[in-house]
Amino acid sequence: MAEDKKVEKKKAAVTKLDKAKKAYDPKEATICEATRQMLEKSQRDGVETAYDRAFDMKACPIGADSACCKHCSMGPCRLNAKDPYGKVGVCGATIDTFQARNFARMVAAGAAAHTDHGMSMLDVFREVVKGEIKDYKIKDPVKLESVAQSIGIETEDRTVGEIAMDLYEELERTYTQVEGEIPFMKRVPEKTLETWRKLGIVPRGSMREIMEMMHRTHMGVDQHYENIARQFSRTALSDGWGGSMVATEISDILFGTPTPVQADVNMGCLKEDMVNIIVHGHEPNLFETMLVSVNDPALVESAKEAGAKGINLCGMCCSGAEMLSRHGIPHAGNFMSTEPILITGAVDAMAVDVQCIKQGLASVAKCYGSYLFTTNPRCHIEGAEHIEFVEHDPKACTDEVVVKAIARFKNRTAKVEIPNIKNAGIHGFSHEYIEYMLGGTFRASYWPLNDNIINGRIRGIAGVVGCTNPRVKHDWVHVEMVKELIKNDVLVLQTGCSQISLAKAGLLTPDAAYMAGDGLAEVCETVGMPPVLGLGSCVDNSRILIAASAVVKAGGLGESIADLPAAGAAPEWMSEKAISIGQYFVASGVYTIFGVTFPVTDQTKFKNLLFQGMEDQGLGKWDFAVDPYEMAHKMIAHIDKKRSALGIDKARERVLMSMDDRRTLE
Amino acid sequence: MSRLVAFAAIQGGYNVVSKVEGEYQQALETFEAGTKVGFPNTAYYLPVIYSLTGIKIETLEDMQKPLDFAKKLLPPHIKGKNHLPYLGSLLDAGMATLFAFELQEALKILKNPDVYLPSAEEIDEDSGKVWMGPADDVIMRKRGVEFVDGSAPGFAAIVGAAPDAETAKALVEDYQRKNLYIFLAANQNGTTVAEQLLEADVQIGWNTRIVPFGREISSAIFALGFANRAAMAFGGIEPGDYKRILKYNKDRIFAFVNALGDVNAEWAGAAAGCVNWGFPTIADTDIPEILPTGVCTYEHVVANVPHNEMSQRSIEIRGLKVQVTEIDIPCAFGPAYEGERIRKADLHSQMGGGKTQCTELVKMADMNDIEDGKVEIVGPNIGDIKEGDTLPLGIYVQIAGREFQDDFEPILERQIHHLVNYIQGVMHIGQRDISWVRVGKPAVEKGFTLKDIGVVLHAKMHQDFGKILDKVQVTLYTKQKDVDELTKRARAEYKQRDERVENMRDEDVETYYSCTLCQSFAPNHVCTVSPERTGLCGAYNWMDCKASFEINPTGPNQPIEKGECLDKDLGQWKGVNEFIYNASKGGIDHYNFYSIVFDPMTTCGCCECVAAVLPSCNGVMTVNRDYQGETPCGMTFTTLAGTIGGGASTPGFVGHSKFNITQRKFIRGDGPKDKEEGGLLRMVWMPKMLKEEIKDRVDSRAKELGIPDFLDRVADETVGTTEAEVMEFLKKKKHPALDMDPIMGS
Repeated sequence: MAEDKKVEKKKAAVTKLDKAKKAYDPKEATICEATRQMLEKSQRDGVETAYDRAFDMKACPIGADSACCKHCSMGPCRLNAKDPYGKVGVCGATIDTFQARNFARMVAAGAAAHTDHGMSMLDVFREVVKGEIKDYKIKDPVKLESVAQSIGIETEDRTVGEIAMDLYEELERTYTQVEGEIPFMKRVPEKTLETWRKLGIVPRGSMREIMEMMHRTHMGVDQHYENIARQFSRTALSDGWGGSMVATEISDILFGTPTPVQADVNMGCLKEDMVNIIVHGHEPNLFETMLVSVNDPALVESAKEAGAKGINLCGMCCSGAEMLSRHGIPHAGNFMSTEPILITGAVDAMAVDVQCIKQGLASVAKCYGSYLFTTNPRCHIEGAEHIEFVEHDPKACTDEVVVKAIARFKNRTAKVEIPNIKNAGIHGFSHEYIEYMLGGTFRASYWPLNDNIINGRIRGIAGVVGCTNPRVKHDWVHVEMVKELIKNDVLVLQTGCSQISLAKAGLLTPDAAYMAGDGLAEVCETVGMPPVLGLGSCVDNSRILIAASAVVKAGGLGESIADLPAAGAAPEWMSEKAISIGQYFVASGVYTIFGVTFPVTDQTKFKNLLFQGMEDQGLGKWDFAVDPYEMAHKMIAHIDKKRSALGIDKARERVLMSMDDRRTLE
Repeated sequence: MSRLVAFAAIQGGYNVVSKVEGEYQQALETFEAGTKVGFPNTAYYLPVIYSLTGIKIETLEDMQKPLDFAKKLLPPHIKGKNHLPYLGSLLDAGMATLFAFELQEALKILKNPDVYLPSAEEIDEDSGKVWMGPADDVIMRKRGVEFVDGSAPGFAAIVGAAPDAETAKALVEDYQRKNLYIFLAANQNGTTVAEQLLEADVQIGWNTRIVPFGREISSAIFALGFANRAAMAFGGIEPGDYKRILKYNKDRIFAFVNALGDVNAEWAGAAAGCVNWGFPTIADTDIPEILPTGVCTYEHVVANVPHNEMSQRSIEIRGLKVQVTEIDIPCAFGPAYEGERIRKADLHSQMGGGKTQCTELVKMADMNDIEDGKVEIVGPNIGDIKEGDTLPLGIYVQIAGREFQDDFEPILERQIHHLVNYIQGVMHIGQRDISWVRVGKPAVEKGFTLKDIGVVLHAKMHQDFGKILDKVQVTLYTKQKDVDELTKRARAEYKQRDERVENMRDEDVETYYSCTLCQSFAPNHVCTVSPERTGLCGAYNWMDCKASFEINPTGPNQPIEKGECLDKDLGQWKGVNEFIYNASKGGIDHYNFYSIVFDPMTTCGCCECVAAVLPSCNGVMTVNRDYQGETPCGMTFTTLAGTIGGGASTPGFVGHSKFNITQRKFIRGDGPKDKEEGGLLRMVWMPKMLKEEIKDRVDSRAKELGIPDFLDRVADETVGTTEAEVMEFLKKKKHPALDMDPIMGS
């Protein structure tokens, strides 16, 4: 541990796995016991996974520094990260332009992924409201009303259908609007919005922002890193407060707003004697319908006829996290367990939709005779069977997946080995539930949270999110960092794969409060909550934005999100979506630290803009560290800085109210 | 361990709700579904349920809805391992418990209508009736005003029983000294604090601020019903707006629970419910604590507090600042003793009250002529007389100060009544030359002498009026000759003062005063007080406001330059309009001082009377808050005050003081065209008790207006409470209003 704790040099992690040996050591590759067991089996079975490939292939060092540009055929040009201003590209572009454009395109791609997901949800919503799609309906009219009210839609004396149609039309602007501000800007704390307006980064519509971003990063257009940065902030905001937020809110309206459930995670959720179906991806539609199919009596009967005890449905990755939150459907593992789980041989079918679907899954599935089905027209994989999921007749796809899974169960040839590990935890903390949790039906409010931040029992709030990555020890950075945070009284909010890392480590249970500092533990005990709250999938990071706005609104902690004693982190990130998320957190005012690697060159103006300049503009800022403890303490230092700015770094006085004091109350 | 509290409270919630459901089913078998249920003399139905949900319970069958609601609120039980968060559940279970308690109490009253004394100020010890139950609206409004003006900063709800009577007495007296009300409920193995206090010879009842609600824990609901009615009556919050009702309680009603003795699941449910109000529980036993803050202002549950620290800890935990007046006299002192009686059996001696002359006079003196703090007794003192004796008494207070004016003399003189009353064991009745002081045996046993009256007056006048006075000297005369002399001199002074006040006109002054004294409770309301329109609460006239401003220049009474007169008859001024526009944050841009029909002045829940137009009688009626019955406008006082009391201007209705009825400008804008100041002649109906109370002043005004027998032409409830009955009477009596232009006309 002492060695692990040592502060690692930047990008040290990239080459961390032992090169001297021919193969990597699974014990060093992950702290997830189930994954380790499967990786060991993969080595025995001679099956290759991302862990092998990461071990074999060094990350491109020039790419890692963002020091190359391939935006035109005068190049590709590469600059020397050790001497960043020593030369420029053929067109004359500087290292700052290189980095800014590369970064901008990562943001654009990540934002596009979230907004396209959100737009698909909105398409479904429209068809449901119109009555064209009959398999889904509006399950949460209360949420419908509250979302509508939050953006100024009249709800009094109106039918659900009328409100829903207005909401659809209004939210469509998130994507298609060409001028003005996207609808959810109405939810942004006033002071934060004021800063954005001053900087000219209020998003107009995500299509427009992404399009403009791509245009500006074309050869010979925007060649001032500061100007590029403004547009990628705007693009990222159109994701967090636009596409992602729409995805979350529409999913809640259609499928229900999560409230806490106790549910299991890890590979032990697979059942040897049942037909195992895994849904992996990001959009809840496929998964929701799959849930209907696996409960279809005819299909269950057919599974039994095939000799199974029934059909067992598990999730992975983000749609898994959504189903875990909404319905308590077991979750079998995060991004870096998707190949290993196929090695169990117990997976009869894995159905995927979009995002974070490794192409490598196809070959691993083949090795064990498991089905891998792609279902979304956006995502086909060579070597995987495609059964298109059509929302107007969703069961056609999912029934077929189930039928094929049953057939595979019947003809299982691979030896089944399921790691017998399951971890219980409490999941499903929506913004709405957090409010309820802190005051019940009658006093629902964020105030008790603020009050305990002000009085110092809770030091601050951290959002710990993001992917897992084979370039670092799987789950380890997440778990160690979060443990360090809660030990220091920082309440941790989680989404996505990070939430699953911590759930596997048992930190999403109320009993985990014993690992927290005294103050946080006391609050956890009072509320009956775990010290680590799971909010759902990665698009549900928008819940963190809404929670942050609610904390600002509850008062006593400043006027903008940037004033809050809060920090964000993605310790094992890997995707462009993570960069977009990170950027929208930074633009929203949150100090955000990433691990693994960071696509910038040291000692450049661009890096300085991300790591300091943005904060000077009234936004948040980026930071980077590999070591989980160092990351945690950097976050804590930032939280302490904000506490001191708010004047809550000292013990609070007990104010006793006289009649005169009462008279001056608002 | 909040988890244990949550576990117990949720259990308690289930127990109570299912028990009450059973009682309800039983009641449905005994009574018709349409049988009337409710608490006596209130416009707020079952007030906790009404205020938080808007549900009006009038009949037995109406109870089904809130009962179902309570059942729905009951959360799942807490699992042993990997439980879900329980704070929200705990609060909901508490609320379900309280809803059930309120229903249970209503059922209790249905079965036994005489179980409580809801309209009484005192217990009926002789017939063994100790439990007062749900105070009716008259008591709620009267006592509520004390919360409004700050003379009662909050209440302690004590449940259970102390280990012994002495401890109970000490604790309760601690709270009395801190001016809090003490609400008592529940028993501990059959023993109650109320009975312990009786055993220790402590007077209990509203008059001494010690209110025994009931023997069962369910009666604790009356404390919350009182608080929520205050929020509606004084805070102007709409029933059903639960968020604001509860926030009002958290911010403005400084209440808390003291749990004495073992806490069972039902108590835990009730305590959890109280947390919704921001009312914490402080216990003397070792129960699990909930210390993190947030729903309450500070801690939620604090345990193991020793009895001698309980009152101090409780007010700190609630975040309340209380000023305790320490005065060097042998008896306890404070507003809690103001309503205390000296019964015949306890009487040691008395001054005034028809037996002897008792007179009081405050006069301004020259700085060099008096000695601050000097209290002189001229004549025999208490020690010189026997039990049952009487003495004449002259209380002569001389005041000097650079800021002092003779206008302030009557204001300070009026303090004598309550200040003397604040002494435990001493009672003061009346004022001026009809005062009456009764001294109880226990006070004399403690060493009380007449000198202590002087000590109290000196100390309190410095404390409350230090800004305008520098020296106070008190002389107490007990020789007949001296008292007669003082009385003669005082009567001349009174006459002169009365004339001065009588002749003070709105036209004579350029400055009116705002009054936001009640904004601690009624945040929307701003009164404007002019010489001829005293505050609608009856407590503040123009001179009081003036003095108050001198004493505290940034306080609740601010001068308003009335500015250009916009309407002489209706009473509207530019400067006043500008002031109220700002003070109401743009909500109200003008009102009239002298009209009920045209944009009348705003009204808050503290008003003494509410007047209403009776269109078919071509006049107005008014009703005072002590009158509980129906009125010709179809509403009782409490309904009227509840309807218009939210700080709004409501044409056709206006709140006013009793005194204002006989002030010349009273609704003069609505009076007869041919008389400048004849608004009073529109008055067609008043409760009999009010007529009797203000008869002398009405008669003298009526004489001025040329109709000396006017009051006889005004109807009251003995005539009728419908417009038709009143009209018939008016015709018979030839009431002048019938000949006037239509009141709502043109």
